[in-house]
Amino acid sequence: MTGTSLRTYLLTRIALVLPMVFILLTLVFLLMRVAPGNPIQASLGGHVPAAYVHQIEHRMGFDKPLLTQYGQYLWDILRGNFGSTITDNRPLSQIIKQNGAATLELTFFAMLVALVVGIIVGLLAGRHRDTPLDVSGRLFGIVMYATPPFFLGLIAQLVFGVWLGWLPISDQASPLTQALLKTHTNILFLDAIIDGNWTALWDVTKHLILPATTLGLITAGVFIRLIRVNVIRTLRDDYIEAARARGIVERRVVFHHAFKNALVPVITVVGLNLAILLGGAVLTETTFNWPGIGHELYVYLQNRDYTAVQGIIVVFALVVVAVSVLVDFINAYVDPRIRY
Amino acid sequence: MAADAQSAPRMPYGRARLIALGRATKPIREASGIARALFWAGVVITLFFVVLAVFAPLISPYHFNQYRSNGIRFPQLAHPSAAHWMGTTVQSSDVMARVIYGAQTELKVVVIALAMSLGVGVPLGLISGYFGGILDRLLVLVMDAIFAFPYLLIAIVIAFVLSTSSIGGGVFTAAIAITAAYVPLYFRVVRNHVISVREEPYVDAARALGARPRTVIRKYVFFNVVQNVPPIATLNAADAILLLASLGFLGYGIQPSQGAEWGYDVSRAVSDAASGIWWTGLFPGFAIVLLVAGLTLLGEGLNETLNPVLRLRRFGQFEFAEREPREEALLDE
Repeated sequence: MTGTSLRTYLLTRIALVLPMVFILLTLVFLLMRVAPGNPIQASLGGHVPAAYVHQIEHRMGFDKPLLTQYGQYLWDILRGNFGSTITDNRPLSQIIKQNGAATLELTFFAMLVALVVGIIVGLLAGRHRDTPLDVSGRLFGIVMYATPPFFLGLIAQLVFGVWLGWLPISDQASPLTQALLKTHTNILFLDAIIDGNWTALWDVTKHLILPATTLGLITAGVFIRLIRVNVIRTLRDDYIEAARARGIVERRVVFHHAFKNALVPVITVVGLNLAILLGGAVLTETTFNWPGIGHELYVYLQNRDYTAVQGIIVVFALVVVAVSVLVDFINAYVDPRIRY
Repeated sequence: MAADAQSAPRMPYGRARLIALGRATKPIREASGIARALFWAGVVITLFFVVLAVFAPLISPYHFNQYRSNGIRFPQLAHPSAAHWMGTTVQSSDVMARVIYGAQTELKVVVIALAMSLGVGVPLGLISGYFGGILDRLLVLVMDAIFAFPYLLIAIVIAFVLSTSSIGGGVFTAAIAITAAYVPLYFRVVRNHVISVREEPYVDAARALGARPRTVIRKYVFFNVVQNVPPIATLNAADAILLLASLGFLGYGIQPSQGAEWGYDVSRAVSDAASGIWWTGLFPGFAIVLLVAGLTLLGEGLNETLNPVLRLRRFGQFEFAEREPREEALLDE
């Protein structure tokens, strides 16, 4: 059989995702523009002269017909122009670049924590099914799922920040580090490594530990469930039975035959979890005053900044869609059966 | 387990009326000790919060908004004490009263939100799945697009937009925001199930008898499909509480004057934490965790009971020797 090439698969997948992007963008536009109330007025507060409101309306193109606005909105996004905020006239592209780096740093390390905790607890719980180990693993998963990130963050702040005094409880780095560290990538962790600035790296790491662990543990709950079920299912498969029948030691059967296969779906779930992770990032960043996109969203929500909220939501939507395509691509690459 | 399995069949087959109930609850009774314990833990926790919510005015020592009693203002940020078991907040309100009244707010919003999600999602799914065609294609496209998006962000957008209008800030606004996030879920579940049910012989038979689509959907398809909903709705309720608390944390849930809300209380407590004040955040936070965990345990228990796919898993442990006494019991009837 010839099969479909990877490139064709990818192109088809992208073609399929375009309507979805279009619908998402349209929904955001409809919600934001057709909703009752004057967004500019709401963003600027009550005591602004009408002339100034009109001036801004004109600058934002809010005085044009709705259909023209819609066309302009789509065209701008196509060119990578996400507009700028009303309250402090900051281009969205700048927010993406600066705050996006902080979010990337946080989510990367959070995913790392989630994977390590999720895989270890999930494998153990699945391997020792219905033992106290399994029950405590499952309970841990449920409790982690049931805990909102901001509450876990609060406990972490209380215990490790206030009572033990080990770790800082807010910001991405101490003011001194932020002032001294040269900017290469906007990701402070990388910047410190590039400069070989070890004091800064230590400072950045210390600031990173609590937020990343908080977000990571919350996300781990999903991994634990998934991996546990997979291990149980895999251990019941015929080829495991066959391996046992061939007299292979149980330890080897479990580690060599079962675990590897139980971990394959994790790739998909890492991608799917990114959506959850982004939601969690908004809450975690707000709790720890971490200067990521989620934190900016929170700030602009408080300021009722319409264009900022709209722009950030659009960026999130594009990221979610892009990751889902990427995950499918990786899956197709790893498992040729998928690209039928 | 073995003794259980032998005596279990006799009860449901004993009285005809109990057959249905017996069959439905059988997996719970047959569940191993741990699974059953977890399920009942979920039931107890959920009931506990329902009681708190319903009898809040009787249980709570003060009103959630109350900051003084007998003309004396409560102390600010007071440690837990005999007068205030869980301490007081910076506004001098009693933390325990806010936690208890919080149960009322959370459950009220979640019940309304779920009712609305079901009310919109299930009929849409039924119609879309049964009739198919362009409407179906279009709905699937839109719903899938929303479904791919993080729940929290959908709810934020809706809450944000509604907050500008005059409706803003109440139980109903929060419920609408949550509804928008969950409609696609019910739509998908119901639609996919309808599509598989639509081709069943009994549906064909009804159609061949000349029943109108309305009747077919109402009498044949609906009850078959709706069985899936209770476990999903319970698990969803757990998720909805997290969502409401998250909205509250971001300042877009229930306005503080409208009701006590745990997520909002925790958000106020984050600034307290830096100075070592733990009681303002810990108690409402634990309330969230406990209620969500309880609903999750309950939902998973229901899932194993009502979901035939998961139930099948248990047959893997069946021993065939047990079949004979079961058949005898049947013949005895």
